[in-house]
Amino acid sequence: MLKVTIDNQTIEVEEGTTILQAARLIGGAIVPPAMCYYSKLKDSGGKCRTCLVKVAQGSSRDPRPMPKLVASCRTPVMDGMVVQNITSPEVIETRKAIVEFLLINHPLDCPVCDQAGECDLQNLSYQNGNEETRFEEAKRTFDVIDIGDNVQLHMNRCILCYRCVYTANQLTDKRVHGILYRGDVSEISTYIQTDISNDFSGNIIDVCPVGALTDKTFRFKNRVWFLKPMNASRSCTKCSGKVTAWMRGNEIYRVTGRKDQYGEVEEFICNECRFEKKAVSDWTIESPRNIKRASVISQNHYTRLKNPSVILPLEEKMGKSPYGETKSINDKQS
Amino acid sequence: MDRKILLENIDIPGIQSFETFRSCGGYLAVEKALKTMAPDEITEEVKKSGLKGRGGAGFPAGMKWSFIDKKVDKPRYLICNADESEPGTFKDRYLMEKIPHLLIEGMICACYALGANTGYIYVRGEYKYIIGILNKAVREAYEAGFLGENILGTKFKLDIVVHSGAGAYICGEETALIESLEGKRGNPRIKPPFPALVGLYGSPTVVNNVETLANIGYIVNNGGEKYTQIGLGRSTGTKLISACGNINKPGVYEIELGVSVRDFIYSDQYCGGIKNNKELKAVIAGGSSVPILPKDLILKTASGEDRLMTYESLSDGGFVSGTMLGSGGFIVYDEDACIVRNTWNLTRFYHHESCGQCSPCREGTGWMENVLHRLENGEGRSKDIDLLVSIAAKIEGKTICPLGDASAWPVASAIRHFRHEFEFHVQHPEIVKNVNHGSLAKYVG
Ligand SMILES: Cc1cc2nc3c(=O)[nH]c(=O)nc-3n(C[C@H](O)[C@H](O)[C@H](O)COP(=O)(O)O)c2cc1C
Ligand code: SF4
Ligand code: SF4
Ligand code: FES
Repeated sequence: MLKVTIDNQTIEVEEGTTILQAARLIGGAIVPPAMCYYSKLKDSGGKCRTCLVKVAQGSSRDPRPMPKLVASCRTPVMDGMVVQNITSPEVIETRKAIVEFLLINHPLDCPVCDQAGECDLQNLSYQNGNEETRFEEAKRTFDVIDIGDNVQLHMNRCILCYRCVYTANQLTDKRVHGILYRGDVSEISTYIQTDISNDFSGNIIDVCPVGALTDKTFRFKNRVWFLKPMNASRSCTKCSGKVTAWMRGNEIYRVTGRKDQYGEVEEFICNECRFEKKAVSDWTIESPRNIKRASVISQNHYTRLKNPSVILPLEEKMGKSPYGETKSINDKQS
Repeated sequence: MDRKILLENIDIPGIQSFETFRSCGGYLAVEKALKTMAPDEITEEVKKSGLKGRGGAGFPAGMKWSFIDKKVDKPRYLICNADESEPGTFKDRYLMEKIPHLLIEGMICACYALGANTGYIYVRGEYKYIIGILNKAVREAYEAGFLGENILGTKFKLDIVVHSGAGAYICGEETALIESLEGKRGNPRIKPPFPALVGLYGSPTVVNNVETLANIGYIVNNGGEKYTQIGLGRSTGTKLISACGNINKPGVYEIELGVSVRDFIYSDQYCGGIKNNKELKAVIAGGSSVPILPKDLILKTASGEDRLMTYESLSDGGFVSGTMLGSGGFIVYDEDACIVRNTWNLTRFYHHESCGQCSPCREGTGWMENVLHRLENGEGRSKDIDLLVSIAAKIEGKTICPLGDASAWPVASAIRHFRHEFEFHVQHPEIVKNVNHGSLAKYVG
């Protein structure tokens, strides 16, 4: 067993454990956010750089600090390692920078995006973002395309985390999904728009941290925060049949995998369960699901703006409302 | 200080061919190595020689070889990095075009030292004609019995394969190169593991630059000790410098490490001074990725000593007042050059070449290009200058591969040393819009 200390909390872990996994074992606020790493997908991680942490002591054998911040999702723990995440101002500063980078080509169309309310990027930027953008140029834009019958790709929103690529590589048989071009013009594509038609292709929706891959059978049907997530199951020949059914009243609006507090599904589910079984009679509804995820909306965070200065300049720019006092968002909701 | 190792025989007619090369002492190193030396002895000599990698990072070659895991039961590979795409760098091309057998001789010795039975030469996609030259040289070496089975009657067998890239700068980064060679998308791998443990097809692999490998023949023939007598201090040997820009004699020069920068720029033996009798303004000393230095800092270090063409002297002062020897792409700017325009041009390159895997580089390079474009076209605001400094700082050190750093350093150093020029662009939008960048110097003063 190896001993590692993360933000002053010490834990013993097995050899081969990464810093991020060790932090998840400790749990709580010291867990670095992960936008590309996905424990169920081999080789994932290392790309988005949101999980960068500082290694203040490499190991007990070689106590020197590591010269650069490291990706906690891809860096194995050494015995006696000392890691700083939220206790390092440098890490916090860097995380802000990464959020800024991730947002410059992200459309911020949350009001019309199906992912709003359960979007990792929305949560991440709420927790680590700046209130104003310094990016004034045009964002990159793409047409919306269909990937198969049930999945829609909004490339504008993609943060190129590669999770869907690994999912397609690892869960579906023929590699028809990948990345074209390079740099900031790279795009996710099924090769020349070949459909991915595999029983498990719908999982690319669940792994997508943002609203780039969405469920066409759920499109614009409802907002996720109006829906109640329920544990539901059925006997299925293809997958475990254990899903989350998202309900309003007595209707099932959509079906997803069961996600844990880090937004990762417990098990991948098949397309039949996801796309075709929308009647309550298809399912045994077991119990309400405890959402542990740090969704901005589920925690009612929007009522407490960190800094009201966001609103003031807007008022200055737009002048007083002709309908009397301008109400800030704060007033409305408290 | 003008001993040569690589280009000594370059002017001999026909040196491109096996016969001529051989008659000038070529392939003696292979005979010596295979017949009289144990593989590890060669690695030892290379270690002793102090030879540093010539591809840019300057990592000691012998040390890299000694990291190879010889215990695992897997094939080992040597890859020659001939992707040469760094702006300002064109020395490997010259070497391969003029004296290709020097590289092959070095590769055979290196493969023998490493116990590799396959070597690859990964050639930049745009170097189409070089592929033909290399393939011919490889064929000649096979015919002469220096490649293939039982080389020189020994048990050692070696195949060398010439492989063409498809024209991506990022495929010069060693792990992207390996991915590309495996037939995959050229994305750099996340390290560790390093190629010495997990490289091509998961096997132990050494990646070396063309020029690094071309030095091996000399080291085998003469010993590492002799090599250290060339050059200055820890910068042993010679270095190919590809000089370009506003100089009288652009071209590829083999210098003995230790020549002063002043001599290199002004003497007739090398660049022959600044063109049209203009003043020197700035130099990018080691390929587009390294920090630019203004005249006073490139000729003398901050502590007033003459700056020399060595790894140590060029990096004296760190990034505050120094730079790096890098790949040896030496770009000279005269008084008329516009630093803002030049910096914009460089960011355009890095933006275009980013593989797009990690967010800081994918998004940051394009952002810097946009802001610089705005400044160069008289539409910048003074806060844009600090914005650039901030973006560069947020990319540097936070990416998967060094391309991120390479995109940030030119911007940060240009503003560090030429801030007044950026400010001028902000303050005089009409002038920068209407006056050709070349004549701006008159206004900036
Ligand atoms: C973006 C990028 C491009 C590179 N391009 C080249 C190249 O064209 N040629 C080269 O020899 N090394 C290049 N390198 C350096 C290689 O990764 C590697 O360090 C080098 O080939 C090792 O050889 P050496 O030790 O003999 O210098 C590049 C590195 C980066 C990050
Ligand atoms: S589409 Fe979604 S899952 Fe795929 S790379 Fe983009 S953000 Fe990641
Ligand atoms: S730094 Fe740039 S080129 Fe290197 S891996 Fe990241 S995105 Fe790709
Ligand atoms: S989660 Fe570690 S780099 Fe993305």
